[in-house]
Amino acid sequence: MNLTVDGHRVYAYTGAREFDAGCDPLIFVHGGGLDHSVWLLQSRYFAHHGRGVLAVDLPAHGKSGGEALGSIPAMADWIVRVMDDAGVDTASLIGHSMGALVVHEAAVRNPERIRCIVTIGISIPMPVTDALLSAAKADRHDAFDMVNIWGHGSRAHVGGNQAPGMWMIGTGVRLLERSPPGVLFADLNACNEYRDGLESSARITCPVHVILGADDRMTPVKAARPLLESLSDARVTVLENCGHMIMAERPGEVLDLLIAALENPAGK
Amino acid sequence: MASPNYHRFDTLSLHAGQQPDSATGARATPIYQTTSFVFRDTDTAAALFNAERAGHVYSRISNPTNAVLEERISALEGGVGAICTASGQAAMHLAIATILDAGSHIVSSRSLYGGSHNLLAYTMPRFGIATTFVDPRDPDAFKAAIRPETRLLFGETLGNPGLDVMNIDAIARVAHDAGLPLLVDSTFTTPYLCRPFDHGADLVFHSATKFLGGHGVAIGGLLVDSGQFDWEASGKFPTLTEPYPGFHNMDFVEEYGPAAFIMRARKEGARDFGACMSPTTAFYILQGVETLPLRMQRHVDNTRKVVAFLDSNDAVEWVGYPELPTHPDYELAKTLLPHGCGAVFSFGLKGGRPAGRRFIERVRIFSHLANVGDAKSLVIHPASTTHHRMDAQALEAAGIGEGTIRLSIGLEDADDLIGDLEQAINASQRVVRAADSVSAK
Repeated sequence: MNLTVDGHRVYAYTGAREFDAGCDPLIFVHGGGLDHSVWLLQSRYFAHHGRGVLAVDLPAHGKSGGEALGSIPAMADWIVRVMDDAGVDTASLIGHSMGALVVHEAAVRNPERIRCIVTIGISIPMPVTDALLSAAKADRHDAFDMVNIWGHGSRAHVGGNQAPGMWMIGTGVRLLERSPPGVLFADLNACNEYRDGLESSARITCPVHVILGADDRMTPVKAARPLLESLSDARVTVLENCGHMIMAERPGEVLDLLIAALENPAGK
Repeated sequence: MASPNYHRFDTLSLHAGQQPDSATGARATPIYQTTSFVFRDTDTAAALFNAERAGHVYSRISNPTNAVLEERISALEGGVGAICTASGQAAMHLAIATILDAGSHIVSSRSLYGGSHNLLAYTMPRFGIATTFVDPRDPDAFKAAIRPETRLLFGETLGNPGLDVMNIDAIARVAHDAGLPLLVDSTFTTPYLCRPFDHGADLVFHSATKFLGGHGVAIGGLLVDSGQFDWEASGKFPTLTEPYPGFHNMDFVEEYGPAAFIMRARKEGARDFGACMSPTTAFYILQGVETLPLRMQRHVDNTRKVVAFLDSNDAVEWVGYPELPTHPDYELAKTLLPHGCGAVFSFGLKGGRPAGRRFIERVRIFSHLANVGDAKSLVIHPASTTHHRMDAQALEAAGIGEGTIRLSIGLEDADDLIGDLEQAINASQRVVRAADSVSAK
């Protein structure tokens, strides 16, 4: 599905079903340098189970036009403009990594528009190493490799993918390679510079669900603790033997957790 | 953070794709010899059928043992995913059938395994897919043969049987400039000697029967997707970029991105053509892949010794191995295949067909059969076996003489192999001398 926001084409995968803004919409937001395809299984599931689904490509990612927005608040405001263009009044937001920061900030800024958020692979702050930032700034391939290597848990580096025959380390780097020059740096820099989320967490009024990987080297569980402490009512799940690429590494478990979270957002 | 690294080749050969069995803790990959898999509940069943969940449904389409092999070869090749097939031929057919339709056209190297030549020259035309065969040493010939309906370029890393070294980088550039993918048969080199994706190839297949298995006990194939080709930008591949009515109107590029090709190959090709690999065969091939780096190095080491022996033997007219300066691809091989040019090569024996026949009858360690890539050394006479359907002109074009003998060097002691060859060559030359003596009278 194509939308138009700020004069640019916005692509959103709808789970292979026609999008219906009246069907308790879900908006999926991908991480840095990635696109909507990271949500394939989950978005297809909910679209075929009665929910309106928009798995968006952020500006300059995937099939969306425009330039990378460069800051988490800008991306959070953009998500709300996507909702406006799609005719969505309120929605539940699901985000991964940078996308998790985006949905967190969207819930801070627009509590009346957000019914529930699920943040996957998140920490606030989300610092990025100088080595990775400088490689990304220079558009060097080793920036993709660093994200891919650090992003996958040790188990994923051996394999045993739930998707038969797919080598997720290979898929991960190919997906990053599709990122246009400058986009990964803009995304990583946005994550690195986002510092306000902890203090503003109190403004979130909707249910919050957090999914973390016990083997995550990019947003380690210990780095997420300040956020979890600021979200006293959040439901938190830590998946063992799982790194930062949580939807790729544990797609079945993520779907089960999303079903539980989104069918009963306020459940304890 | 420590300096980041991916696992390296030898580690991936042993581990990629496999975790200790979750049910039993088995360290070796279990053989999941089952046709089908019990669904957790009705919703899960529906989700598996509709690609909302990942998992196994029916072993024609996927199987846990096969999946380990598929991941492992993907990891070793640097791809995104793979499919096990019933044979190398099935893998080649699956590649073609996934992206070509009736009316499509292929540009192929003319130095091919005889079975591949048969498929392209005689069988695919019955289904409306034509092929133009060109000199594998001439990237411009590939370019010149491309037509508006061309959808694929194809060749072997080492052409059969002349060991023409495919200039993958140059031919990939020709393909990509035309918006086309390059398919490479990498059977002779395996990812230990050459990773075609690193040179621009888009798809690779193997006859896993050969060096990947290495033991000569199982027939199988593997088709691997690099995930690098931009099917959407090309605009020539509607099977990947337009809704597919045969699977919920799925648009494979939209849904799977870099894995579009291999997912279509599985969801359509594995389902409908059904040329699947037995899980037991996948287990056998996995046993071979575990020792692939060790075996390939030994294959190459032995081959170099045998090549040196033959190259210095007065009864040998020529030896076709790309590490010899006399081979036309000597320079290219140094850059593309620095770790070796495999273990299959041909040579010409003085005395033509009678000498060749006697040579083959006299070898004792080498086995006379139609295969390559076994741990045991093999020998064959291509003109009367693998390439017997070719007429003299086609044989000449493929670089095969009537006296050409092809060897596949195994893992035996190299001195024993050389001794066996020496006595067989001596016997062959006695035939030549006897014939000369008769004609002199």
